[in-house]
Amino acid sequence: MASRIQIPATKYPVERFTLANGLRVVLSPDRSAPVVGVAVVYDVGIRSEPEGRTGFAHLFEHLMFQGSENLEKLAHFRHVQGAGGSFNGSTHLDYTDYFEVLPSGALERALFLEADRMRGPRLTEENLRNQVDVVKEEIRVNVLNRPYGGFPWLKLPPVMFRTFANAHDGYGSFEDLESATVEDAQGFFDRYYACGNAVLSVAGDFDVAEATAMIERHFGDVPARPAPVLPDFAEPGLDGERRETYVDRIAPLPAVAAGYRVPDPIGSFDTYLPFSVLAEVLTDGDASRLVERLVQRDRSVTSIGGYLGFMGDEYQVRNPTALLLQAHMPPGGDAGKVLRTVDEELDRLVADGLQPGELERTQARMSARLLQGTDEVLGRALPMAVLELQRGRPGLLNELPRLLGEVTADQIVTAAATLRPESRATVEVIPGAAA
Amino acid sequence: MSSRTLPDLIPNAELTLPPQAERTLPNGLTVIAIRRAAVPLAEVRLRIPFGRAPLAAATLLSQALFTGTGTMSMLDIAAELQAVGGGLAAGLDPDRLQISGNTLAGGLGRLLEILAGVLTDATYPGEEVVTERERLVDHIQVALSQPSHLARVALLKRMFLTHPYAVQTPEADEVRAVEPEALRELHAARVRPDGAILVLVGDIDPDQVIDLAEKALGGWTGTAPEGEIPPTPALRPGPLLLVDRPGSVQSSLRIALPALTRTDPDYAALSLANMVFGGYFSSRWVENIREDKGYTYGSHSVVEHFASGSALIAAADVATEVTGPSLLETTYELGRIASLPPGEEELEQARRYALGTLRLGMSTQSGLAALASVYAGFGLRLDHLRDHSAALAAATREQVAAVAARHLAPALAVTVVLGDAEKIEPQLAALTAVERDVP
Repeated sequence: MASRIQIPATKYPVERFTLANGLRVVLSPDRSAPVVGVAVVYDVGIRSEPEGRTGFAHLFEHLMFQGSENLEKLAHFRHVQGAGGSFNGSTHLDYTDYFEVLPSGALERALFLEADRMRGPRLTEENLRNQVDVVKEEIRVNVLNRPYGGFPWLKLPPVMFRTFANAHDGYGSFEDLESATVEDAQGFFDRYYACGNAVLSVAGDFDVAEATAMIERHFGDVPARPAPVLPDFAEPGLDGERRETYVDRIAPLPAVAAGYRVPDPIGSFDTYLPFSVLAEVLTDGDASRLVERLVQRDRSVTSIGGYLGFMGDEYQVRNPTALLLQAHMPPGGDAGKVLRTVDEELDRLVADGLQPGELERTQARMSARLLQGTDEVLGRALPMAVLELQRGRPGLLNELPRLLGEVTADQIVTAAATLRPESRATVEVIPGAAA
Repeated sequence: MSSRTLPDLIPNAELTLPPQAERTLPNGLTVIAIRRAAVPLAEVRLRIPFGRAPLAAATLLSQALFTGTGTMSMLDIAAELQAVGGGLAAGLDPDRLQISGNTLAGGLGRLLEILAGVLTDATYPGEEVVTERERLVDHIQVALSQPSHLARVALLKRMFLTHPYAVQTPEADEVRAVEPEALRELHAARVRPDGAILVLVGDIDPDQVIDLAEKALGGWTGTAPEGEIPPTPALRPGPLLLVDRPGSVQSSLRIALPALTRTDPDYAALSLANMVFGGYFSSRWVENIREDKGYTYGSHSVVEHFASGSALIAAADVATEVTGPSLLETTYELGRIASLPPGEEELEQARRYALGTLRLGMSTQSGLAALASVYAGFGLRLDHLRDHSAALAAATREQVAAVAARHLAPALAVTVVLGDAEKIEPQLAALTAVERDVP
């Protein structure tokens, strides 16, 4: 093997400050392309939904696009796109994000739009009913009308966790969605959408002093409201293997997913990071251990993937979370056998350690992926906002390639040794449409 | 409540193109290198003309391309690419075989060497090919359970009839019959540099990197037979084609309309007409069937370009019980854009969106690589962005209205709906002539 390739790092500048009303701000200027990314993240997600209101955090995200103090319904979309930009939002376990990417001359407009809805969305019965319908169609298109819908992100948590916060369906039941009220929405906004519970982040082509003045101008008078107390969603790990199956009436082939609890991604970051590398050692590409064994040698799976976090947001999730393995199998595939082979390969990794070059090549590819992600302005604005929100450390984005490069073979082996069948939750898809 | 004023936009600066270089090598390979140094990576796109290649073998070739060479196993290829932070994958469309990937910039030379090994010396070892064949068969079986795939298959058949574009996914049985030797023969015949285009984008010196590519790929030689595909046939509007998917909780509505090529003088006006109708979120179609009626999570229309013709394709997945009403609103919006000129402000909004998203698309290495590679496939270069931007900026309401009348009229539509036929046929038959798909 040739000498190890140097793992490069990015040096995106990071400026942090807090407005008088408690809004935290992260700025990361880079003038290599005439575009800006704006992100606002709120410290509330699926885990904070009340019982009987599954799917509410996501439904509320939709309502944040339905108009606000100075904006009619449809105005947000038209103003962003009419400036040449794109927008979206997404709801995660621990946060909800709203973002735009635009030509740089539209920065102030994006700040205006975000500040206006931070003061308060227009919550009306008509908009609520409309967006309940839209969300039901979203669930149909992504879950109910396609094979493997919600697998495993919605299907594994109830096997792995016992508490409502961690176990419930984050897309929500139709019954819960339909029973949501405008009062629920107002209460959710009042409780969680405080500017003290949010981070604004801007990345890309702007001048720091000018952007700071714009932010003061538009967000400075958002009323100060304190953040609610951050809940602790910790729950004990499994005391034995748990396995569930379900029939997917559309799926033609079997599949299986397994989850293993991992250390606290924030409180135990040093011991968490090796799991990130381990997931790639196991499943990244044709030279990874489980692909080589299960796909190529045994042909017991057609594909296998491994990652941290149910939504793949490994550095943007709080405790408790998991390392997930997800495999699709050929006709008649045997999930038990696949899991036993995974155990065998983990045992072999723990007993024999890594091969020469195996760690280095995995780290090199991981760094390339991280760097590619940061080439987009939103690939900086969004993760920096969440890293500020959850860790007070947006600059971690620059440091990740190096930190991953410093993970040692011993740490990988130690991490692998914790992935035991007795601490595993698995869910198996029984194909309801098998030929 | 205080009233606040929306801040004005600062006009876009003039479009600037990144530094680039281009050379056609003695073996017929065109290399285009573009510098965007923001992150220390390089993006790679190689397009090899593959029109009229036998579908099952070509699809399997794209899956099995990296399974081994005379000197490297599948594992060696994957591990050595990874060692420089690299990765490569191949995909097929009816016109081309495309190899895409990226790498840490310092590993580009090594990636190109490995790529050259695969292009000149792929062996398609029996064991590995059989594994890939079985995976492909499974993959096709899963695709056949996906409504989006099934609706696309039905639409392509209806659009392209007996043209080679009509079928783009092979049957599982056809794939099962492909032997490794057939891949070796197809590779020898078609994986050739003459007429192929390599695009390299990233933290690179464009001239130096072309030298690097010439050094690595100069030994790849040969010419492929003509794979020219005849022009696509005109769409033949007819009864709505209903494809039954019993138990479907949504209906997949797909509409094809005639479009124009990228270089047609009216193409910018057609792009804008499409935007106003359904090409972005703030379009009439989305505002109507999503934001007003709640029939769908999303609808979208886009002009698709193939080497031998272009088509406008509109797609929405709607709740089963409102399938008829969704078609009604869709027909209304098509009729409206085809019959009446767009409003001035809505046209300006669509224009700013079209111009702005061009800039967003150029703002990353991977965006530039995709754009340069797609353009090159149509004989265009990045400077076409200037012409296209100017045409977008200049198109008038009258031009947009005229092109919409010729291209977006519902009378011109080829329509397919996939869903639970028992529930939706009466709804659809109330609005238009319906023909059931005969499997």
